[in-house]
Amino acid sequence: MDYIKYIHDQITETKDHPDFRPGDNISVAYTIKEGAKERIQKFKGDVIQISGTGSTKTFTVRKISNGVGVERIFPMNSPIINSIEIMKRGRVRRAKLFYLRDVVGKKGKIKERKFFK
Amino acid sequence: MNGLIGKKIGMTSIFNEDGTNIACTVVEALPNVVTQVKDEDSDGYNAIQVGYGEKKEKNTTKPLLKHFEKAGVSPKSKLVEFRDCSIGKNVGEEITIEDVFAEGDSVNAIGTSKGKGFQGVVKRHGFRGVNDATHGQHNRSRAPGSIGAASYPAKVVKGMRMGGRDGGRRVKMKNLKVVKIFTDKNLLLISGAIPGHKGSYVIIEK
Repeated sequence: MDYIKYIHDQITETKDHPDFRPGDNISVAYTIKEGAKERIQKFKGDVIQISGTGSTKTFTVRKISNGVGVERIFPMNSPIINSIEIMKRGRVRRAKLFYLRDVVGKKGKIKERKFFK
Repeated sequence: MNGLIGKKIGMTSIFNEDGTNIACTVVEALPNVVTQVKDEDSDGYNAIQVGYGEKKEKNTTKPLLKHFEKAGVSPKSKLVEFRDCSIGKNVGEEITIEDVFAEGDSVNAIGTSKGKGFQGVVKRHGFRGVNDATHGQHNRSRAPGSIGAASYPAKVVKGMRMGGRDGGRRVKMKNLKVVKIFTDKNLLLISGAIPGHKGSYVIIEK
């Protein structure tokens, strides 16, 4: 495994994204290509999962769009990600928040974490 | 020289220039040692035999041990012959990754696929089974169907595809790409999957 770690160290350009956790509400600005044109779009939602290590680390963002739940998985070191902004920090008691998929209304709300380092 | 012996390390992924994430297999290819050079006069054909991986002397058979002694190298665990001798290396010399491959090369990877044990026809031969739940079907979703006619020919023809041992055979994956080379650690990053389990020997050929 140390060879894979070595390769990850070689190929990943470490981006200084803010340190977010599952439960945080973030806004991911990423570039999308439309033919020759490029523009930046934002995806705002709750982080429900951070998984993987090294260059294959990913995070999942979930939002409710027009009443429909939408999830998007971003590789942490993806070159299409311009910036990540933390809108709100959430207080949650588990690392994977898949229960949010099944709850409706107030139960799906994440409490805000007001005190953090 | 058109190939090298290596060892499968595992898989990872890498972003290429246009931002797409491609799955890659990591192969460790330590310098291969030439153990024999065959030519028209001695063997009737041209080939270069290389060895890879160390092996204990006590685990080497006497004929092979003498073969390694003749070449002046320590016992190797894997020996492979390549028919292209254009590299011009002599017995005992080492062939490194840079001698054979460059980034962007199109390569084939040969390995022994993972053993699957006794498998049915759906997995082993790609049969479809019966996908109906109605029309009188029951317990037939992975069944092979008819295996022949009745009183003529009164036998199952040879080569009829049936269940049996699957996997654990030599498989060649064609048209893979050398994505990156790490010369200081003798590592190759090859696009796509390569047959075999981690730690198994693979032959990478151009």
